[in-house]
Amino acid sequence: MAKTQSLHKESIGLKIIIYVVCVILAIASVLPFIIMFSNSMRSTFEIQQSSISFFTKDPIGNLAKNWKVFNGKSFDPATGFINSLIVSTGTTILAVYFSCLTAYALYAYEWKLRDAFFGLIVGIMMIPGTVTAIGFYQAAYKVGMTNKLSMLILPAIASPNMVFFMRQYLQASLSMEIVDSARIDGAGEFMTFNRIVFPLMKPAIATQCIFTFVGSWNNLFVPQILLTKKEKFTLPIEVSLLNSDIYQTEYGSIYLGLSLTVIPLIVIYILLSRYIVEGVALGGVKS
Amino acid sequence: MRNKKLVSYGKFGYIFSIPFILAFLVFSLYPIVYTLVIGFTNLEGLNPKDVHILWDNPFKNFAWVLKSKLFKKSFTNTVVIWIMNFIPQMGLALLLTAWFTDRRSKVKGQGLFKILFYMPNIITAATVAILFGQIFGFPSGPVNATLIKLGLSKEGFDFQLKPMRIKAVVAFIQFWQWYGYTMVMLISGVIGINPEIFEAADLDGANRVQTFFLITLPCIRTIMLYVLVTSLIGGLNMFDIPSLYAMNHGDNGGYTLNCFIKDQAFGPDNFYDTAAAASVLMFLVIVALSLVLFFIMRDKDEAKLKKLKKQQLKMARSRKAY
Repeated sequence: MAKTQSLHKESIGLKIIIYVVCVILAIASVLPFIIMFSNSMRSTFEIQQSSISFFTKDPIGNLAKNWKVFNGKSFDPATGFINSLIVSTGTTILAVYFSCLTAYALYAYEWKLRDAFFGLIVGIMMIPGTVTAIGFYQAAYKVGMTNKLSMLILPAIASPNMVFFMRQYLQASLSMEIVDSARIDGAGEFMTFNRIVFPLMKPAIATQCIFTFVGSWNNLFVPQILLTKKEKFTLPIEVSLLNSDIYQTEYGSIYLGLSLTVIPLIVIYILLSRYIVEGVALGGVKS
Repeated sequence: MRNKKLVSYGKFGYIFSIPFILAFLVFSLYPIVYTLVIGFTNLEGLNPKDVHILWDNPFKNFAWVLKSKLFKKSFTNTVVIWIMNFIPQMGLALLLTAWFTDRRSKVKGQGLFKILFYMPNIITAATVAILFGQIFGFPSGPVNATLIKLGLSKEGFDFQLKPMRIKAVVAFIQFWQWYGYTMVMLISGVIGINPEIFEAADLDGANRVQTFFLITLPCIRTIMLYVLVTSLIGGLNMFDIPSLYAMNHGDNGGYTLNCFIKDQAFGPDNFYDTAAAASVLMFLVIVALSLVLFFIMRDKDEAKLKKLKKQQLKMARSRKAY
């Protein structure tokens, strides 16, 4: 009896520790963004007085003032937003469609080089675009394709990680009987994929869409190398401009600029967080 | 008859893979090979003339890179920052996993905690870098303001002054962005473990700590290894946060490999040749790591099945021979 009581006490103590740690971590996750949003509505003078106070006299007026600082300077969130939207949307569509197609080729058909091809895909899965950037840039430069957003979109047709994921999904969920019955009904192979298999992959597509979109949206290294014209800059490149000296003392504007780039992501995350967190787990290896 | 039909479908496997293969050849393989070739040339400057392969001393660029003090420094920085971020990240993720998957007492609000812990991971790293630059700003950023208010520091603390401080902040940002991801991965691994194993452990009278160390940990070994290797590859490629938070500060304490490559190629002198050589060296390291990953992730069941089939085939053949 005494033993169970002490066990009980112990577990209450542990519970308190668990909740305290979790609450601290949760605060640490959101606090930087709260400071960011709050300071974007404060004047630079107020921030210099105290950067941790959430007090401000005139939030709307400060917001307008902070916004005005961007006028005539390099930071241009609207252009960056549109370019990022084009690149991320294009990348997502191409990556999802062609990865499903390739995964279907790997799953549904028996062909001689299939295993070799799958081996290749697993082998190149982890090779990041950054190590090939010099050759990529030089090749694009030679054919006059730098400063073209399409150069950031088209490579998505070959997305080995997603092919791997989609193949796993097909293995777990698609029965070949469905495909066979479509064949008996006289559907061509390509039509079977487009009309039957692709729609069946919706759940996997949904999670992969989110990750590809966010990954492409956040990408800095390759776009920064490839794009030199201001009107082609993506949002992360625009953000990096906030680091330059002309903004050094304009704290309010820096916070506002950062907020503008974060808002779309936070909105997406609030709407889809459940699927995102589940999707992370799905993307991992089967154990 | 049936066999014939299968063969005739097989060609669609090739046809449907064509877009992937073409895009891979043009946008991945060609740049890789081209980078390699540039590593052996003297491609320098904005309008390079007389570019040729250095036949008399083909490894000149590689030798230069390996001797370069800045390269060595950037390599050490990258590895040190990665270690400083990965060890606490894995530690915290394991601790949270143990708490969140405990079968005897459920942590309430887990869903919300997971969502909040993972959130920093989806925010643009470039934004995060500059935001933390402000938050750790000297002398009046929020962290310093708090330190001064609490009386822990008089004039504030310049986080960008010394190499070790810069590394610590960069590692902290990486840790803050990634522990949630690692935790979610590990939890999914634990959920995948057959519950019967835990029940057996319960019956044998194992306590929480024993169960975690003797059952849970060995069972999620594969996933931990996966996280380790992918994190290492990602860590070697660290760029956004070091370049936006740490560049030109603290005696290059946060200068990473990708900063080096980018500065070589797109700095004032455009040394594409040495940048390419450095990329190739990094590529080799990543290929080696990928091979490790390949072995972790290869389909063990399928490999076994194939072995079995081969054996059966052999047996059938040997029977025929008799």
